[in-house]
Amino acid sequence: MSVPRYWRETKYRYRLIGQMCAQCGSVMFPRSGVCSPCGSVDLEEVKLAETGHVVTWTVVRNPPAGYMEYAPYLVALVELDDGVRVLSQLVDIEPIKMKTGMRVEAAFRRVKVDGNSGIIEYGYKFRPLIE
Amino acid sequence: MKIDRGVGIVGYGAYIPMNRLRASEVKRVWGGSGTPIEEKSVVAMDEDTITIAVECARYAVKRAGIDPQEIGAVYVGTESKPYAVKPSGTVVAEAIGATPNVLAADYEFACKAGTEAFQTCIGLVSSGMMKYAMAIGADTAQGRPGDALEYTASCGGAAYIFGKKPARTLAEIEGSCSYVTDTPDFWRREHEMYPRHGNRFTGEPAYFKHVIGAAKELMGELGTEAGDYKYAVFHQPNVKFPIKAARTLGFSMDAIKPGLIVPFVGNTYSGSTPLGLAATLDIADPGDRILAVSYGSGAGSDAFSLTVQDAITNDRRLEPAVSRFVDRKRYIDYSVYSKLRGKIVK
Ligand SMILES: [Zn+2]
Repeated sequence: MSVPRYWRETKYRYRLIGQMCAQCGSVMFPRSGVCSPCGSVDLEEVKLAETGHVVTWTVVRNPPAGYMEYAPYLVALVELDDGVRVLSQLVDIEPIKMKTGMRVEAAFRRVKVDGNSGIIEYGYKFRPLIE
Repeated sequence: MKIDRGVGIVGYGAYIPMNRLRASEVKRVWGGSGTPIEEKSVVAMDEDTITIAVECARYAVKRAGIDPQEIGAVYVGTESKPYAVKPSGTVVAEAIGATPNVLAADYEFACKAGTEAFQTCIGLVSSGMMKYAMAIGADTAQGRPGDALEYTASCGGAAYIFGKKPARTLAEIEGSCSYVTDTPDFWRREHEMYPRHGNRFTGEPAYFKHVIGAAKELMGELGTEAGDYKYAVFHQPNVKFPIKAARTLGFSMDAIKPGLIVPFVGNTYSGSTPLGLAATLDIADPGDRILAVSYGSGAGSDAFSLTVQDAITNDRRLEPAVSRFVDRKRYIDYSVYSKLRGKIVK
């Protein structure tokens, strides 16, 4: 991700803020310019729930460039408590302990690091709920 | 230093990464005689001082139950900034939603950078410059492979939000005092990955002189003595030092036990005293008095006297206790530790 693009998205990725369509009520995350179901551009910011459950998951052993050092890592489809679905890395758990339906919460982590001199991109990942 | 009545902690939060490296594992690789602690916390590949600071800041905001837009300052005290130049405080302020009308900066004073930020925040809220101010002590400390510090240098932090009545305080601050001299007991030069230290020089002329100096100065100013405090927290670079400091000042083991997490977490540097205080606040009752004294090499100590308020019982179960993070762990061996801490040459 370029530095300007990372910067434009920080607030939304740090705080899990999506967009709600004022016409049909669909919620989009990550943000996009238009509502994918109805095409409306009348969109409002909406704070998403920070807790949810795992719908499905997989282990990434051969990651794309820039994510090598994190491998192997988990990627999960998480359904937040407000019904919004988010694709995210899952941390602080071993694949052997994964269960569909397990409760998770948003964590704040490094997402990508541009070498020794570039920008450090931060954002959300999910982890088992700490109660 | 005299403080206005009614200034105190309105919220606090802790965070400790879940990886643990047993001291016996360091000993297996590098030899050596005793082990100063049981095990220490280690960051995951995608964690650093900023992520730790954000985690504990979020818990502090939730526990305080305040609008983050009312936080006027976010200070991060650390010796392990992810960027040499680019403030950690701005990332934390953005992540908790305190931007843009907010003061944000990083503090450095070895292990007492976090408590130094406490004092700034106390000043900012007691002067009425802002309603709330946040100070965080967080570190991902490193010791040179095989060095005595490698057994203990660990990762974690705690965040505190300060406010003034009528804001609801969980603990009131009665006074604070610092004891600072130019003492070369431990340092790290720019571009160096690991610190250097003066071995035995780190005890009497460094840690004990400053910790005991600050504690005595503060108790003298307030007219209190050890017996007036239910609990005490001293900076925890190992298990021996805080226990010896407590004994010297007349505190019992019962007084320091709730906050003494170093055997299972290690020395979290700037996070050490703030985490020990958080663990103590987790179990303290209204009316209990707490003495907290940090230590930072270079060198200095900040002492605080607090009285726990009624509101603490309301918030007790809202956010995870420090013990929850102490118990949440997974063991790693020295090779995984080496990968996580950037000790493998690729
Ligand atoms: Zn729509």
